[in-house]
Amino acid sequence: MLKALLARAHQGHRTMAYPAGAPPPMPERFRGLPALDPAKCPEGCRSCADVCPTDAIAKDGPLALDLGRCLFCVECVTACPEAAIAFTHDTRLATRRREDLVLTGQALPLADALEGKLCRLFGRSLNLRVVSAGDCNACSSDVNVLGTVGWDVGRFGIQYVASPRHADGLLITGPVTENMRLALQRTYDAVPPPKIVIAVGACAISGGPYAGHPEQHDGASSVLPIDLFIPGCPPHPLTILDGLLRLLGRLEEQRRVPRG
Amino acid sequence: MTAGGTTRNGRALALKDVPSLEPSQFRGWLVNGVRDKGRRVVSYFGAASNAAGGTAAEGISLVAVLADDANGRLSIARTISDGTTFESVVPEVTQAHLFEREIAEQYGVRFEGHPWPKPVRFHHSYRKGYDAWGRSVDAQIPPGVLDFFRVEGDEVHEVAVGPVHAGVIEPGHFRFQCHGEQVFHLEIALGYQHRGIERALVGGPTKRTLPYMETAAGDTTIGHAMAYAQAVEALSGAVVSAHAHAVRGIALELERLANHVGDLGALAGDIAYLPTASYCGRLRGDFLNMTAELCGSRFGRGLVRPGGVGFDLSSDQVRDLRSRLTVARTDVTEAVELLWETPSVRERFEGTGTVSPDDAEALGLVGPAARACGIQRDVRHDFPAGIYRFVHLPVMTAHHGDVNSRAYVRWLEIQQSISFILSQLDGLPANGTRAAAGAMRPDALVVALTEGWRGEICHVAMTDAAGRFSRYKIIDPSFHNWFALALALRDGQISDFPLCNKSFNLSYCGHDL
Ligand code: SF4
Repeated sequence: MLKALLARAHQGHRTMAYPAGAPPPMPERFRGLPALDPAKCPEGCRSCADVCPTDAIAKDGPLALDLGRCLFCVECVTACPEAAIAFTHDTRLATRRREDLVLTGQALPLADALEGKLCRLFGRSLNLRVVSAGDCNACSSDVNVLGTVGWDVGRFGIQYVASPRHADGLLITGPVTENMRLALQRTYDAVPPPKIVIAVGACAISGGPYAGHPEQHDGASSVLPIDLFIPGCPPHPLTILDGLLRLLGRLEEQRRVPRG
Repeated sequence: MTAGGTTRNGRALALKDVPSLEPSQFRGWLVNGVRDKGRRVVSYFGAASNAAGGTAAEGISLVAVLADDANGRLSIARTISDGTTFESVVPEVTQAHLFEREIAEQYGVRFEGHPWPKPVRFHHSYRKGYDAWGRSVDAQIPPGVLDFFRVEGDEVHEVAVGPVHAGVIEPGHFRFQCHGEQVFHLEIALGYQHRGIERALVGGPTKRTLPYMETAAGDTTIGHAMAYAQAVEALSGAVVSAHAHAVRGIALELERLANHVGDLGALAGDIAYLPTASYCGRLRGDFLNMTAELCGSRFGRGLVRPGGVGFDLSSDQVRDLRSRLTVARTDVTEAVELLWETPSVRERFEGTGTVSPDDAEALGLVGPAARACGIQRDVRHDFPAGIYRFVHLPVMTAHHGDVNSRAYVRWLEIQQSISFILSQLDGLPANGTRAAAGAMRPDALVVALTEGWRGEICHVAMTDAAGRFSRYKIIDPSFHNWFALALALRDGQISDFPLCNKSFNLSYCGHDL
């Protein structure tokens, strides 16, 4: 018992100051929001598009990168002769609409808060049922990690609940395998309305590395309407948290800039 | 008895040097190897008949790899089956049970005499028109719908759990036959995570091959990527630098640390011992963040590449890692030792979810689950490759086969992995990130083994005449071990299921592929 108390004293208080204070620093090699500089692309160059494992990069017109497909690997950066693509340390990636995830060099339109009534209902208390539908357990893990002491999403009134009947919405990872399609649909049906759906990770948004396989459905939007897209493979916990807080209108910066 | 061929971990051999036996000889070799010579089934799979150098237009090839742990040798053989039926070895070789079910499902071969011929992942066969259960090509194959073993009786009841569980966890279906709280039998039906990885690997490598490897079991990115890299390097003759070997070893042990520490925390959480649960929950993140220092990704994406590593380790990073690891060692030691000193924890861990050594041997368990039953089995020791050829790690074991032993083995391994990394950081060879891996040898085969945190990862790559993959077989350690969880629950309490499950923490996606 004494040891447990001593350990408690030594381990200390570990919940991060974010969002009131600074977010935890990202490691030097961290790959967050890609910065594109299409002006640098040599005429006819397709080096990035050719190496991209998920065809996230289009070079038919000007350079465009679909964050919903991106695995945040380094293949395009390595292949580009002109350094037209670079990964920044920006962890904010979540959007409300699928098409907003296609970068062409413009600023990413980050997720707005839920509208009126939904925001009033869920803004201070959001219970989510997490469904893994073919995920590789990396997305699951970094969703789960938000429940640990360092992140403690409980302080925002966000909880992962055991039953869909107790949930306000679903958080989905994985491309939606054919073998999970029905279970996912049934879990959704069991959530009482009004309800929201959040897709976390390249798989849940587009099928990720498995896009096109007949064993899966290229993401959750094939089955359900999605309210929030959080890209990454897997997204950093900070990216997931940022997305959730944005959806709930809980970030200071959202309040400072009133939405039109 | 007809002999199979012999090979070693990570050594490529020409397909023609893999002995092709008559079906009955092949079966005899397999049974004799396991039953009489104490070998272990590492891999046993089907392939298109022309993939293993056969010429038969009809039928399929069967390839088996057996491990002789004590001598660090792998024994290998193949045969051609007519593609409709084959005599099961399971009555004599229990540990082949899931392998045969998988071959049946993938290639439509019925294994005669298999005591439990059920689907594994619930998909159509790779050979159109051949189905082990006689289903038509357009039949629906709903997952989890199968002939579950049932116990009948007035007071017996059945409990069905999943695929969607209460926690944040991958999907699987668990069917318990209970008498009150007591579990008579548990049957586990998986396949919900099936993404078609093996099917998509044929004809590769393509630009997706590495992502497939890194996400086959995403919490074992380094382990699977290392097995893959080893296979490609053997087939292409690429020489990996000492620096890259060391960095891979560091990453593999960091992966082990993150998962072992996280699981010890989760075990504590399952019995509501909150101090260790919360400290380890945080510390797991510290190890993931160390991996992110290496390569930008907490799960090691982008680090292991055929020919070496995608990122080197600078002297600043070495210093930084060393100091982080030293701090983490103190914190983890404190957090985990609380477990062993708290009687209520011991009371819940000890004697719960016991797997006997005999069952463990019969099932061919691997990893900490095997070592917790006193079995000396560890790829790093028995089939060392890469850095483990130069650094010899003792095999950590415990002896009761229960939750406590599985937890304790993890703790022993945590300490060992930290020491290993610290010593690697002290003597890190300079330079040499990545050598070019050229074209792969045509008509060849290689077996690549890595000790991931859950145990033995086995990849078998076969190439065609053009040096492309004609078959790529992945065995995640979970494939061997899931059945042990079912056995661990026998005669236990159904309320102990979460604790037992976490003590194995097997991979659903690694099993389902
Ligand atoms: S998006 Fe990436 S990390 Fe997430 S489940 Fe898919 S493969 Fe795994």
